[in-house]
Amino acid sequence: MFADLVTVIWKEWKELLLSRGGLRGGLISAVVIPLGMLGVYLPWQNGADWVSTPLLAAGWSWLPLLIILGLVADSFAGERERKTLETLLASRLSDRTILFGKMAALVGYGWGLTLGSLLLGTLTVNLTHRGPQWLLPGAHTVAVIVVFGLLTSLLAAAGGLLVSLRASSVRQAAQINSLALLALILGAVSAGKLMPAQWKASLVPAFTGPNLLRTELAIAAALLALDAALVAAAMARFQRARLILD
Amino acid sequence: MSQPVIRTEALTRDFGSLRAVDSLSIEVRPGTIFGFLGPNGSGKTTTIRMLLGLLEPSAGRAEVLGCDTRTHSDEIRLRSGALLEHHGLYERFSAWDNLEFYGRIWRLPRRSRRERIEELLRRLGLWERRRESVGRWSRGMKQKLAVARALLHRPAVLFLDEPTAGLDPVAAAALREDLAALARQEGVTVFLTTHNLAEAEKLCQAVAVISAGRLLAVGHPDELRARAGLRAEISGRNIRPSVLEALSARAEVSAAQIRDGRLSLELRPGAELAPLVSLLVAAGAEIEEVRRASLEDVFLTLIEEEQRCSPISSR
Repeated sequence: MFADLVTVIWKEWKELLLSRGGLRGGLISAVVIPLGMLGVYLPWQNGADWVSTPLLAAGWSWLPLLIILGLVADSFAGERERKTLETLLASRLSDRTILFGKMAALVGYGWGLTLGSLLLGTLTVNLTHRGPQWLLPGAHTVAVIVVFGLLTSLLAAAGGLLVSLRASSVRQAAQINSLALLALILGAVSAGKLMPAQWKASLVPAFTGPNLLRTELAIAAALLALDAALVAAAMARFQRARLILD
Repeated sequence: MSQPVIRTEALTRDFGSLRAVDSLSIEVRPGTIFGFLGPNGSGKTTTIRMLLGLLEPSAGRAEVLGCDTRTHSDEIRLRSGALLEHHGLYERFSAWDNLEFYGRIWRLPRRSRRERIEELLRRLGLWERRRESVGRWSRGMKQKLAVARALLHRPAVLFLDEPTAGLDPVAAAALREDLAALARQEGVTVFLTTHNLAEAEKLCQAVAVISAGRLLAVGHPDELRARAGLRAEISGRNIRPSVLEALSARAEVSAAQIRDGRLSLELRPGAELAPLVSLLVAAGAEIEEVRRASLEDVFLTLIEEEQRCSPISSR
């Protein structure tokens, strides 16, 4: 199954790059520009603070969600629109290989770009703001970005694939994904604004001191459960007959 | 006698109240090109989808290469190739990358994969354009590439769903030639759906005719012609009505009439045309063309009979 997964990932990445005007154009727009923005421009502008701010962990953990949701609509809905899905389904690849191959390609891209930009950002900060010592993000920050980056990548990939499996067109899938992202952002902002001050105060201890790790583990567990539920739903929805007749 | 590569028994598929395939029972012998003929919407694509295990039958069963389509569809897809309703090529990919992807899917080792891709692209005249995105290609070239993709892993059985549909006559003829040559060289059994009767007549050793999901006839094209009753049309000059009486008196002629200056004969099974042509010539006719009933005539007769027998179709 591993070789088959690699084959599907190879195809997905190649399609991603070729969808932006050839391999060179694809590499520039899908890899070089995002890395340039996230791994060079932002760290260079923020200087040494970029490495030490707690916003780095918070921001970079959710970055894959934005990256993947911009792409995932095309996965199944795009194959259906371009009439390549039925031939793929008529091949020897198993249902799970196709589904997990597409998922792995998205997670690999989103998570890879996040970790790559973290690494490049650290390098940029150290090259542009030279000090006596290397400035490195804390181990906790890196661990949060690695773990939450993976979990949010899975969340976006599994949720987006489920939407793409059910959508009748790429446009419809993209609209649903955008609305979901908008609801998530508005929900978070509204909750922050509407939450009574008393509640906010009671939450502060959960995000400080020794309780922080416990809170992070609880959020990670909740995300993992949500990821598992979405993956299970996508697996249940992935039925060759339904995909062909939709 | 060798086991059939494809065998269906009362294969049926319903979509709600619509019966797309109705109690279909056929057998396809190894190494043959089997034509599955029917008008649009007659259930040809649904049948292919069931044979590939992509759709489950509502009733009945089907076996491909000895594997039940319900329980061993993975095994069937492993050993078969398919060119479905749409060519299914990745249009942003080059021809090489399309084949490379499917070569990897079929787990062809790197070296033999490259050799096989080169062999097929050269054989189909696509080698020089292997690096181009196939999105820029003509439909005929895309269909050829899709045939190459279907044959890449040397399948035992090949499903082709209207491979020449939408092609101009030149491209269609070229693809037909390639298909026939490749099927012969590769020794593959081909299940070909088409509504192009001339194509079926040229390519197929056996044909089945379906309409509204029901099997109307199956056999060698010549057998079907004989079963439907032989018809012939003779055109020329000086074919006078007086000759009809002499023709009708012959044992091998069941009916004779002149329509639009052409003599139309309905013949009994086993009838030979040469003595009848001699009779006409002796009566002073100058014969320009003698045309026996084609598979198309048989097909149209079968469809007409089917519609007469069941004017209110279940579909």
